[in-house]
Amino acid sequence: MDVGLFGQYVMNGLMLGMMYALVAVGFTLFFGVLNVINFSHGDVLTVGAFTGLATYLGLSAIGVSWAPAQVVIVLLVATTCMAGLGAVIARYLVLPLKAAPALNTLLLTLMLGTVLREAVRLFYPLGANPQRFPPLLPTTAYSFGNFTLRVDSVMLLLAGLAVIVGIHLVINKTKLGLAIRAVAQDEETAKTMGINFTLIVLVTFAIGSGLAAFAGILHGLYYSEINFAMGLLLGVIGFSSAIVGGLGNIYGAIIGGFLFAALQTIGVLAMPFASAYKDVFAFGVIILIMAWRPTGLISEKISERV
Amino acid sequence: MSRARAMFAVLLPGIGSAVAVTVYVILLLAVESQAAIAALLVAGVVAVLAAARFGGMARIGRSFAERENAMNLVIILAVLAVTGFFYEDHFILLLMATVIIYVIACLGLNLQFGYAGVLNFAGAAFFGVGCYTAAVLTKNTAVPHLLILVAGGVMAAVVGSLLILPVLRTRSHYSAVVTIAFALLFKIFLEVNDTLGGPQGLPVDGMNVLGWEFNDDIEIGENFEIAFYVNYIVVGLIVLALAFTFVRRLERSWVGLNLDALRLDETAAACFGLNITRWKITAFTLGNFLTGVAGALYAMMLGFIAPTNFTFGDSLILVSIILLGGIGNPWGLVVATTILIIVPEKLQVIQEYRFLLFGAMVILILLFRPEGLLPRPLRTYLPGWQPK
Repeated sequence: MDVGLFGQYVMNGLMLGMMYALVAVGFTLFFGVLNVINFSHGDVLTVGAFTGLATYLGLSAIGVSWAPAQVVIVLLVATTCMAGLGAVIARYLVLPLKAAPALNTLLLTLMLGTVLREAVRLFYPLGANPQRFPPLLPTTAYSFGNFTLRVDSVMLLLAGLAVIVGIHLVINKTKLGLAIRAVAQDEETAKTMGINFTLIVLVTFAIGSGLAAFAGILHGLYYSEINFAMGLLLGVIGFSSAIVGGLGNIYGAIIGGFLFAALQTIGVLAMPFASAYKDVFAFGVIILIMAWRPTGLISEKISERV
Repeated sequence: MSRARAMFAVLLPGIGSAVAVTVYVILLLAVESQAAIAALLVAGVVAVLAAARFGGMARIGRSFAERENAMNLVIILAVLAVTGFFYEDHFILLLMATVIIYVIACLGLNLQFGYAGVLNFAGAAFFGVGCYTAAVLTKNTAVPHLLILVAGGVMAAVVGSLLILPVLRTRSHYSAVVTIAFALLFKIFLEVNDTLGGPQGLPVDGMNVLGWEFNDDIEIGENFEIAFYVNYIVVGLIVLALAFTFVRRLERSWVGLNLDALRLDETAAACFGLNITRWKITAFTLGNFLTGVAGALYAMMLGFIAPTNFTFGDSLILVSIILLGGIGNPWGLVVATTILIIVPEKLQVIQEYRFLLFGAMVILILLFRPEGLLPRPLRTYLPGWQPK
């Protein structure tokens, strides 16, 4: 295999890994504070991407056409809206079922995902068709032999990296992060220490959902296309990445995301004749990993309490 | 004499409600105008709420609990009555057959969700395995068609056994993800695979038992024709009766007791010496078998199948049916399937929005009435047994 093409695959894999990692971090944050899996997370991502697209169209309509301003505003609006949506989901749908069996929360978030997905399909103009996402970043490209380095991909990767570093700092260096970690470790004790449990849960859901919106915009900018069903796939893969890294462990989730992208890329590289089966391969690997390590490669620290 | 009268008094609310529901369903199916259908639906909800308010539901429930066999017969007669009323209406008979087939499939899921507590979000995938088995077998082999029903079930169970290891080793969220991944994998696989027809799907032969073509209309005399779907309704009812009896007996038996214990507390059940692995495999395999049988029958009735029939959304609809009916209650399932299949088909306005509405409905149920429309009653060890 020639080096240039290999580089292209690596670049592609890194981009995918960044998206998976961002989604996985959301899953892991939610699981940390509430011990629930929010299966609607992937669809929040879709809604975030569509919000971004709508914002862009709105900006163009009122005459803002300076690309950097557009990118910043699109990102701000999408992440803020999804953060709000995440908090609303936590407050009115997930928290009321806190005492119910795990199956109920599972079903509720699955159905919420369906509702969000269908809402995009039915209520976004022509939402059933894939939508073109505008190239907001400079499209200059440098060629090195077979390898084309696009400036926008590098910018996206750096932005993703910056967000991940930012999350790391928030979780480890701020008072808010301390509270989130406290709630994740022991809800009761955290409460007795004067931490506002509900508020922390809402903030955590807001952060996670904002990350999902960011990942959605990343997806749109990189592939120049978004569709109503993209969240389902990204959600399941993101969740699997979180599991592979061990739920509740943020670094595990990031590693899991990149590991998963690597697996997918290797799958395509190793079996070019079967590239149509790349998603079949991905889901097959998920099932195998679950069979091999039922609670993830780096498993949860605390064993299940009876 | 007085004993007969006492029995009649117990049966009366059940029979009365069955007659009322039959008439109501006939009306609902016969009416065409959207406004009239909406009015009928509202009237139905009001009637049920009123009956519940004035204790009618409790009495009807008693009829079912105490005279289950008699009531089963009444329900079968009611279905046949509705079938007879619409004997030449293809669309409505197709709807009825679909409801019957979905109930069979959901009985399978009910074994998994409702009794053993094994999660399966790939119901439509196992249904699809049954469908594709029927398609391949009818086109390429001369296997008798009644055996194909069994073959569909067996194939679904075999495909399900691929998932047994991951499902056994994982719990709650984790095992949910295994089945979700399988549901997505199954549909993508069908779409990219050329041997099974790819995205275009496959044609399926109609059922043929001992030379009797199920897909021909039945002609009696000169100008009396019965739509061919009646054949499938009859076969479907027979399969349903067998499946229903099987599930009921299983629930009542020591096996059902073990499954319940497993669902309620796995650790405690293991402490009492129950073999968790064995019962999980039993419930998962039996459930997939029933779903597969339903799939095979469905494929032969439709005559054509495509991957779009087996999406993750369809799996979620099956789960919604279970939840709406009341997890673990086969009767609830019948009611829920009837509502979820017939209402969107009749009320065309909401057809396009059905996934959205079902999703919203399930969310509301989970928030406000998590036990479903007809909550599962206390288990009865013998037919007609009453806690004194």
